[in-house]
Amino acid sequence: MTAALRQTWQINLRYLRAFIRQPAWVAIALVQPIIWLLLFGALFKSVVDIPGFLGTSYIAFLTPGVAVMTAVMSAGWNGMGFIEDMRRGVLDRVLVTPLWRGALNAGSLLYAIITLALQVLIIVGIGLLAGASFKNGVAGVAVLVLVACLLGGSVAALSNGLALVAKQRETLIGAVTFVTLPITFLSFTFMQKSLVPHWVQSVARYNPVNWAVEAGRSATGAHTDWALVGSRIGFLVLLLLVSATIATRAFNAYQRSI
Amino acid sequence: MEDAILARDLRKAYGKVQALDGLDLRVARGTIFGLLGPNGAGKSTTVKILTTLSRPDSGEARVAGVDVLAHPQRVRRAIGVVGQRPGSAEEATGRENLVLQGELYGITGGELKRRVGEVLERFDLREAADRPVRTYSGGMQRRLDVAMGLVHQPQVLFLDEPTTGLDPEVRAALWSEIERLARDEQMTILLTTHYLEEADRLASDLAIVDRGRVVAQGSPDALKSELQGDAVHVELAASEPAARIEAALARIGELTRVSVDGRFVHANATQGATAVPGVLAALESAGVKVASVSMARPSLDEVYLRHAGRRFEDADLKEAA
Repeated sequence: MTAALRQTWQINLRYLRAFIRQPAWVAIALVQPIIWLLLFGALFKSVVDIPGFLGTSYIAFLTPGVAVMTAVMSAGWNGMGFIEDMRRGVLDRVLVTPLWRGALNAGSLLYAIITLALQVLIIVGIGLLAGASFKNGVAGVAVLVLVACLLGGSVAALSNGLALVAKQRETLIGAVTFVTLPITFLSFTFMQKSLVPHWVQSVARYNPVNWAVEAGRSATGAHTDWALVGSRIGFLVLLLLVSATIATRAFNAYQRSI
Repeated sequence: MEDAILARDLRKAYGKVQALDGLDLRVARGTIFGLLGPNGAGKSTTVKILTTLSRPDSGEARVAGVDVLAHPQRVRRAIGVVGQRPGSAEEATGRENLVLQGELYGITGGELKRRVGEVLERFDLREAADRPVRTYSGGMQRRLDVAMGLVHQPQVLFLDEPTTGLDPEVRAALWSEIERLARDEQMTILLTTHYLEEADRLASDLAIVDRGRVVAQGSPDALKSELQGDAVHVELAASEPAARIEAALARIGELTRVSVDGRFVHANATQGATAVPGVLAALESAGVKVASVSMARPSLDEVYLRHAGRRFEDADLKEAA
């Protein structure tokens, strides 16, 4: 068990080092969510004036949404690491060592989650600077980080799974581009539940992005509904388990194909 | 003493392509064993199966005395593998790659540090150790790959086409290092190659693989001496019916094993130099135009031709295309 954990940590370290050594990559990871936050914040500023909108600050409303959106968008690319490793022969070299097989997926997910947690904290910081205030203090923000990481971890696992099965950069790019925007917009990320069309409300109930947005927003907003937060966290934990299982299966499929 | 590698009747198909078609192999401990064959002969598939990366459709294999299919984890601890492709992480430094590799084998702390230092020294990578692999030359990357295969001190080392794509000097240096490993460390090395010269120089025993089976096995010298005599190759100006050529050459007593492959005629002669005039005269009197004629001392190329029924280079190019 300790060997498995140690190997998971080592695999994660490798990805973290690679990330830190690419300043452009780090810059994009930091700047992109800030742009989302400030751009959408400015664009939809007058949303608060719509009759029926509860609350007075769109930035405060938007911050949890952008945190969750970032989780989906960054984690979607996680499988790229595997594709690169396959292409270069790293994956095959690792598979002939006695390492615990799960460490490859687990290490890669751990990396996705660590970078994501940092991104979310930075987004919250920018939100605060832009004048938003969050209720429940640290606990609220902690819930937001947790749901973003659970969702991001699931997306990263699915991305890994797809990478292992498709083995093609193009397939992954296509899938991420195709999926991320619709699932982000079919939620209450940018607009309050009561103000979106009825059919979007129905779809959003089954959309994991929305589970994370609702939980994160409720935990950081006034009138926190802890029962809702709890149930959404439960859904997301289940999603993560299912996604991790799929990624593990994909690994087995990859090994059968070589 | 038990063999380092034993494979029996390995079969594996990828879709409709029969990569391995009943391959058998025995490799004695402490030897450099060459798996020689053209591209697509099944060498890499054999290595993938022996190194637990992929499973055969049928057949059995033991490496370092352990059943590959029943106990892959135990086999993995005993082997080192250097694949055809680089295998090191480009963005990481040489040292980080070696440390991670050691960790994957459960080697940690001071022991790991010591071993990493050793292989860095041995493969002349000390100075470059803390630079990203991306900045390494092709030869340095290859040396790092071999170092990574050795950091856990395996009993059996697999080298899958280790020198493909390297320039001649780097190749020669790597050959010396491989020879030193087998000599000083009593390591068993299985090397695949499609360079006849490499197999001839390094391997104490070799198996010639063609279309998924071993067609000949033995030491390079034994395989060559089996041929008895020199090879005579004639290139004709135009394709001729095989029967016509064979009839023309049948009267030359010292010629054996005549084969016709389009415009190319191959034969063996006890004394190549004395046979050539007779061959030319016989072809001329049969009205066959000759473009060129050559004679060769026995080489692995001739051994391959004899056992696989085609020239090595032709097979290599054809499979590659």
